[in-house]
Amino acid sequence: MRQRPGLIADYQSDAAIFRSNVQRFWFAVLMVVTVVLGLGGSIPILPGLVNLSLGRELLLIAVTALFASIGSIGLNIVTGYAGQVSLGHAFFLGVGAFTAAVLGGVEVTRQVFDLDTGQFVEKIEVIGYQLDMLIWVPAAGLVAALLGLLVSPVAFRLRGLYLAFVTLGLVFVGDHLFRELTTVTGGVGIGRQTAVPSLLGFRFDEDGEVFGIFLSKEQRLFFLGLVLLVIMALVAKNLARSRIGRALAAVRDRDIAAELMGIPLARYKMIAFVVSSFYAGVTGALLYAVIGRLQPESFNLLLSIEYIAMVLIGGVATISGSIMGAFFVVFLPRLVRWLSTLWFFGFISDGATGGFVTASQFEQIVFGLLIVLFLIFEPLGLYGIWIRIRNYWKAWPFSY
Amino acid sequence: MTQFLQAVVNGFALAAIYALIALGFVIIYKSMQVLNFAQPALLLIGAYWVVYFVDIWRWSFWVAVLMGAGLAALTGVMLERVFLRPMVGKPVFAVAIMTIGLNTAINIVALDLLGIDLRPFDNPWGLSVLSLGDIRIAHSQIAAVIAAVVLVAALLVFFKYSRMGLAMRATAFDQEVVLAQGVSVPMVFAVSWAIASVLAMVGGVFLGVGIGLDGSVTVTALKALPVVVIGGLDSISGALVGALMVAMFEMFAATYQPQYAEFLGKNFSQVVPYVVMFIVLLVRPYGLFGTEEVERI
Repeated sequence: MRQRPGLIADYQSDAAIFRSNVQRFWFAVLMVVTVVLGLGGSIPILPGLVNLSLGRELLLIAVTALFASIGSIGLNIVTGYAGQVSLGHAFFLGVGAFTAAVLGGVEVTRQVFDLDTGQFVEKIEVIGYQLDMLIWVPAAGLVAALLGLLVSPVAFRLRGLYLAFVTLGLVFVGDHLFRELTTVTGGVGIGRQTAVPSLLGFRFDEDGEVFGIFLSKEQRLFFLGLVLLVIMALVAKNLARSRIGRALAAVRDRDIAAELMGIPLARYKMIAFVVSSFYAGVTGALLYAVIGRLQPESFNLLLSIEYIAMVLIGGVATISGSIMGAFFVVFLPRLVRWLSTLWFFGFISDGATGGFVTASQFEQIVFGLLIVLFLIFEPLGLYGIWIRIRNYWKAWPFSY
Repeated sequence: MTQFLQAVVNGFALAAIYALIALGFVIIYKSMQVLNFAQPALLLIGAYWVVYFVDIWRWSFWVAVLMGAGLAALTGVMLERVFLRPMVGKPVFAVAIMTIGLNTAINIVALDLLGIDLRPFDNPWGLSVLSLGDIRIAHSQIAAVIAAVVLVAALLVFFKYSRMGLAMRATAFDQEVVLAQGVSVPMVFAVSWAIASVLAMVGGVFLGVGIGLDGSVTVTALKALPVVVIGGLDSISGALVGALMVAMFEMFAATYQPQYAEFLGKNFSQVVPYVVMFIVLLVRPYGLFGTEEVERI
């Protein structure tokens, strides 16, 4: 009996991270493949025969996807597991990004002529403390989490669509704040340098040797992202399969019934918002540290929608789905650019003009339509498609 | 005093436009419990047709508006049939998020058709202004208020006295019972989307008559969301009150905030609707006139 795969006989195996040894094996394979892809050309596996190097460009997109996955997991906790639709994820991403930039960034001063004294004085344009990554990554998460804590009472008072509206308003208010706090954000159209990713003196944004292996800065960031994502995903998975996760699911499915069963709504909605904001803050900090420059106007509704799309396309209330969704959405622009080189997509132009739509416009249309199509045809997202494929092959060649 | 009256005048004109857009939201919400985030896109594409007919085909403004209304209604009905109908019975959020996706897609197409520049178009009012003492009232503002009043009155009469209006009110009440009485619920859905699209289009035209139409009207259209929320999602009178409230607060903020509360920053008036929404929702979670949800377990 115990040897039968797919048979769940007790709660412990129901809540296990891996259902079977097969899953464990494939997860290990996935990790090995990821690490090998990350190392790429740095270590020769079969010299002259196999070249697994992703190339700098693809690797950089992969790094972005790894960090975005963290944020997508965060949104999935509040929207997928706890059922509280939040359109305000961009705000928390922004808070994290700017907190990190202030703590880990460089101060910019400017010589200003003081009319009263007739002398030049130093005026601070953008504040920055150049602290270590060990400080600014958690701090970005904590500040965002604190703001999430402030928002959560609203979530307790409001339900459903009204909550979606308030979080939508949050994005607009946040956008205004980011534009106006110029000493923190650098101001509209100018922006500022982001935090420097240096851990105890080890720079992730510079090429160099690690343990005798030469790693480019993309590779270093890739491994940083991979390690952080595995940690954050494990934490989220453990949260989801524990008492808290079950309580959140109960709140999502029927909040009044959950309350009657003795689940304090206020506390669990608060937990969901705080954890989700923490993830968003960490993502904001790291994602923009990779890019290097930060604009106050980039945290708009569109960014929130992008994260909603990651959750929906990937799979609501699944951790692996969040990661798949993030990779899909981050690689989409690249995919669209590749499509535009094919002949029957000739209506997409490569440049800014010509053709019917430009690549970036087409990408947004695809994006909108993907959300629509996934909602209509596969509400479980990529995760659902994967489950269907898996179930099909399980019984192949029989249909059931 | 002049400043105050000027703010009131501008507030009324803005309220008229908000009311038009907000009514569309409410009508769709009442008929099929769908929160239509695609309203800004409908506004943009509707107004674009008018610009297209006036500017490119050189039609008279009124003919263009009629034709635009037809096309806008068609767009609305088609959207509902193709994308929203399969979602009947799905969770409210899923549908709401889907309309966000639709909004993104349609917006891009509309913006691509419209171009980056402001698109001025011939209209009966142009930039002419009526001066009462120091207060300046644009003719287009008066027209917007009149149009809003006429359209709202017409809609209220339609809902109260026509068969279709009765069917729509009944559908808002209970879809299944209405089906059993022989009302075509799909028809009701189609009509509500058509009405909402036309209202949005008229709002868009009035947003564009001054200096011209461009993509920024969607930002204004989105501010109709706080309007609806403040009024209560399912209340027509709420939408009107909300429109007036939001527009007035916004205009007062635009007038006085730079003088008295400069620390709040430039363009603070743009976020005022959202701030008002926060406050109203904290006091009344279902808006001012919204029906409180009664839930069974």
